Amino acid sequence: MAQAADTVETRPMGAAADFDRPLLLTPREDLAGYVGSHVGRAALFLVTATSIVAVLLIFVFIIREAVAFFVNPAALPPLDWTSTGSALAWTQAVLSSIGARLAELLGGTQWYPEAASPEFGALSILVGSLYVTGGALLIAVPVGLLAAVCLSDILPFGARQAVKPVVEILAAIPSVAYGFFAVLVLAPWMQEHLHISTGTNALNAAVILAVMAIPTIVSVSEDSLTAVGRELREASYACGATRAETMVKVIIPAAHSGIIAAVILGMMRAIGETMVVWMASGNAAQIPSPWWDLTQSVRTMTATIAGEMGETPQGSDHYRALFAIGLLLLMFTFALNLVTEHFLHRVRRAGGTSP
Amino acid sequence: MQHKRELSGAEMVLVTTGIAALMAVAACFATGAEAEKQTLQIEGSTTVGPIAEAFAEYFNKTYPNVKISVKATGSGDGAAALIDGRCQIATMSRFMKPAEYQKAVEKNVLPCCHTIAMDGVCAVVHPSNPLKAITRLQLRDIYAGKTTNWKDLGGPDTPIVVISRDTSSGTYEVFVEKVMGKDKISEKVEYVNSNPQAQARVKTTPGAIGYVGLGFLDASIKALTVDGVAPSRKTIATGVYPISRPLFLFTNGYPEPGTTVHAFCTFFLTEKGQEIIEAKGFVPLTSY
Repeated sequence: MAQAADTVETRPMGAAADFDRPLLLTPREDLAGYVGSHVGRAALFLVTATSIVAVLLIFVFIIREAVAFFVNPAALPPLDWTSTGSALAWTQAVLSSIGARLAELLGGTQWYPEAASPEFGALSILVGSLYVTGGALLIAVPVGLLAAVCLSDILPFGARQAVKPVVEILAAIPSVAYGFFAVLVLAPWMQEHLHISTGTNALNAAVILAVMAIPTIVSVSEDSLTAVGRELREASYACGATRAETMVKVIIPAAHSGIIAAVILGMMRAIGETMVVWMASGNAAQIPSPWWDLTQSVRTMTATIAGEMGETPQGSDHYRALFAIGLLLLMFTFALNLVTEHFLHRVRRAGGTSP
Repeated sequence: MQHKRELSGAEMVLVTTGIAALMAVAACFATGAEAEKQTLQIEGSTTVGPIAEAFAEYFNKTYPNVKISVKATGSGDGAAALIDGRCQIATMSRFMKPAEYQKAVEKNVLPCCHTIAMDGVCAVVHPSNPLKAITRLQLRDIYAGKTTNWKDLGGPDTPIVVISRDTSSGTYEVFVEKVMGKDKISEKVEYVNSNPQAQARVKTTPGAIGYVGLGFLDASIKALTVDGVAPSRKTIATGVYPISRPLFLFTNGYPEPGTTVHAFCTFFLTEKGQEIIEAKGFVPLTSY
């Protein structure tokens, strides 16, 4: 006993002190602990909230400027809530102004924001975005999906380990480099070999955007194809299915959520891209005629905003119209993002039930 | 109860002189810094902006005690800033509008104009194009979308690929002002966002027509004569070439000779100033 007590005595002070601590904290320690934990929590919360606040602020800022395009506060009749007639007249003026502007923005194809009598018909610009993005998806989805299938099920594991990082490097090339390639290599090549009168057109932009979207599509859909697991594949083989049948009828349907998410992520990459389309699409604010002719120049929403924001006086109609286009674009990507989240969530759930 | 100790006389003197000395030193630093660091605010055109920036860079080396800030947001902003007294020099790619002038005079600002350079825009085509001359009217018809094939101008039977600079560039501004007039540029016209890119597109597209600043002409593209005048330093500097315009600095009254503002506004006369103007793709004002 005495020996044991001696060894306790010779322990370093710090260790012994823990045993001597009273069970009750002093008021000071209590307060310090309380304040410390709350300050720490608040600080961590602030850091976490920064990104959410940033997104909200972006929304608020863009909506504030865009709303001024739809309703010009200076052109409204005076508002007096106490009289029903005035309130009605005000509401009517607001609604008719929004209606007229929406009809002009989404129904008109004439984009002359700086003319003496400005015209803000953004339909041709919307259509341009759809052409370029749709064209890019037509190329990128088959190529990306086939590459993903090849990587997940056909190539040996070693090859996959080598190829996948290289594919992902494609996503790291700056878009202006792609843009230079589009203008200086692809455009002259198209003129010379495909006999298209202008090389900077919807097709050129779509091809370059497809190359930029492929890494995303390959990477995400390959992940979801791998996540399907051995059980389904082996069960399919055991039933006598060939490898092709297993892929087409079992694995791809089982991984469809992840593949759809991959396609939408690739689509978002394409629709939000600015520099490449500004350089490669030709920026003519027209709807191609005939409508299927992708070899004509088009202009996209992103390119319009980037190209015209520089010299536009702040607070002018033109400036606000660009914000209205920005709002359209934001709503578009926001909706796509929600859809992606939905499908990715399903992938995670499916992964959880069959590990 | 009373633990405070009265300060002795000697200590009081020491403390007060110490504080006074500190304040004096601080004041010295403050006034010294103010006297040494002069600031020169320049605001206005995006076209003249690059010239002003290059001038400012050179001034920073030769006058290290002057801090020059150059903002390039648009000619209208420059005029407004000069009228409100927010800048000493306004850079403008157009003359002041009557309304601006009136507003300035009402506010006791007397705008004084210094022409520092000329800006010329050349119509260019692919070297294989047989066309040598064009008129402003023909150019207008091409950009308005009325003429769409080179055979209408006596060239080969190929569609015209029309290339314009982006609407926020000064080059576009001159072109629209001097060529288009009230006519709208057709929706079929393609836009590029820099002079080198316009040059690259015309160089690689046989059916193309475009326009670039004089500094971007080379053997890979062919400049057309406009209304019979070939673009050159001389024709643009004298204003004979039709698609050209002067570039201005505006000050409040003529700047006091010997001041930095005066030196800045007359810098375009020096050899270095003319070199800078030429390097930025504009035409210096000389009569030789």
